[in-house]
Amino acid sequence: MKRRLEISELIFKIISYTLLTIFAVACLYPFVYAISSSVSGYEAVQYGRVVLFPKDVQFDAFKRMFSDNMFWNSYSNTLFLTFFGTIWALGVALLGGYALSKKRLLFRKAFNFFLVFTMWFSAGLVPQYLNYIATQRVFSKVGINDDKWLVVIAMGMAAMNIILLRNAFEGVPSEIEEAAIVDGATELQVLTNVYIPMTKSTIATVALFFGISRWNGYYWARQMIKDTNEHPLQVFMRLKLEQFQDAEQMAGWSESYASDSVIYALIVCSVIPILIIYPFIQKYFAKGTNAGGVKE
Amino acid sequence: MSVKAADYLLVDEETGKYRMDPEQAVRDDVEKHYWLHVGRTILKDWRLYLMLVPMILVFLFWRYFPMYELLGCFKRYEEVTPVSERLFSGFSYFKTLLVGSDSLSTDFWRAMRNTFLLSFYGLLFGFPMPIILALFFNEVRSDIARSIFQVMTYLPKFMSTVIMTSLTIMLVKGSSLTNGMGVISQLFVNLGWISPEVGAAGLLNQPNLFRAIYQITGIWEGAGYDSIVFFAAIIAISPTSYEAAQIDGAGKMAQMRYVVLPSILSTVVIMLITRIGHLLSVGYEKVLLLYNLNTYVTADVVSTFAQRQGILSNAKGIASAAEMMNNIIGMLLVIGANTIAKKASNTSLY
Repeated sequence: MKRRLEISELIFKIISYTLLTIFAVACLYPFVYAISSSVSGYEAVQYGRVVLFPKDVQFDAFKRMFSDNMFWNSYSNTLFLTFFGTIWALGVALLGGYALSKKRLLFRKAFNFFLVFTMWFSAGLVPQYLNYIATQRVFSKVGINDDKWLVVIAMGMAAMNIILLRNAFEGVPSEIEEAAIVDGATELQVLTNVYIPMTKSTIATVALFFGISRWNGYYWARQMIKDTNEHPLQVFMRLKLEQFQDAEQMAGWSESYASDSVIYALIVCSVIPILIIYPFIQKYFAKGTNAGGVKE
Repeated sequence: MSVKAADYLLVDEETGKYRMDPEQAVRDDVEKHYWLHVGRTILKDWRLYLMLVPMILVFLFWRYFPMYELLGCFKRYEEVTPVSERLFSGFSYFKTLLVGSDSLSTDFWRAMRNTFLLSFYGLLFGFPMPIILALFFNEVRSDIARSIFQVMTYLPKFMSTVIMTSLTIMLVKGSSLTNGMGVISQLFVNLGWISPEVGAAGLLNQPNLFRAIYQITGIWEGAGYDSIVFFAAIIAISPTSYEAAQIDGAGKMAQMRYVVLPSILSTVVIMLITRIGHLLSVGYEKVLLLYNLNTYVTADVVSTFAQRQGILSNAKGIASAAEMMNNIIGMLLVIGANTIAKKASNTSLY
């Protein structure tokens, strides 16, 4: 009987290792392929001769892209949106989450419902679009014509993240807060000197959620930012892809022999910053999903 | 408010006499001048309430004003006029969409069907994958090997939809005079899964393949990351449970059936109910980036239908009506799912 047990365990183990390996490789392969293709010779890419490793290594696609001013523009725009967008969203979420975590807050239930209702019911694409158009009109009347700032303050707020912060703040023992108040701390001091240091890892998680969603944001940036010089990287990338696709459809062949390599190079440029910080942030993300959502 | 004598009178323990309850006077006063007291409390604690202001403004402006804009589906659309001043049109847009005889109505029903089918297949194929992955992760005993697997499978989640869809487009693209097929198309043709003609035309131009591509890329993107929750539930199982099962002669499958499954069942139920609640909210960004004229038949969902009508071809009233219906059914599903979750496991999702 002992033997039968061992065999069934062994079989299961072999199956899991095999399937896991296949799945993990399949997850990673497209990225490796993109990196290989971006540094391979045009013809090798064009005729699909690159399978895993680069062939006829050269860096023309990168050179061509780095000499494009629009590329650097879009990169700096993405950095701008990510930086200010994260600060704005995190600031709003921290203050709101802190206030909501207080039992003594009047109408606490109503405020919570105000937040949670947006998770149940969202107006949808077109009404949101109409709302932004109306806001743009108001902004330009006041004299603000920079759509980037509109994207910064309008986008990327998620009720879920505020609830995550609220739950973390609720977990801080109230005695510590009382001690701080006895020592004469104001509300803001209590937040910055007591609560924020005690919930550092949740705040880091939420900041990363905001940051990643900003870095990856595409649709609204494209709809709202009219000036092509102000487009972030994701929009720039998609427009390039569409441009090449159109050219290919119209003429039956690529606009230039390098188009595929350029797309791969763009993908690589967008992926690399995430790949660099990924090992450091991965553990925070795992934590965030476990702490999120389920309550009481 | 009903007044009871007992509310006002307290019995003095020592003398046995009745006397007025001093706190009740305060309670009465609060009752009488409710808003005055509310105002005083807020004034006293104004810093706390000030902290709420930015959040409320943000949600009001970017979440609730669009809902007001959505009410435009009952009014005739005019560009600059605010919703409240537009002419009432009743349910005419809804009628056009639901029972109209032109192509709008057929397109809308197609979009409804596609929305439902895309999420339903996501539930069918996409939902079990993270659970299976979590079971496999649990089999990997070495911490290093496991974290390597986890790092590799979580990675796609951090990539933007544009990167994921661009990669998909490039990997399955068709061939042209100067171009070979995408490398995945090549592989499938060589394996004999698809014919060379289909591969040459591009897999994303095939209406019957769109749903499969959508689900497979969905699994590629999310399965690893979604397995975190289930994996956490599995490693929380005490090793003594396995030992007890082993002593009773349970093989691996029996352990799965009688130890692991019951332990993670509540997590599975909660996640499943959440998924059902979001049955009608298909990620519009991904569909928008993946579909094209050839695949509208199977790929067009309500939000993309609405964005085509409302943003590209300026039928804003029709678009709002379509989204209104989608949103209301979606909300009913979410609330229903949440109620069931509460009943089933005493956990509220929100």
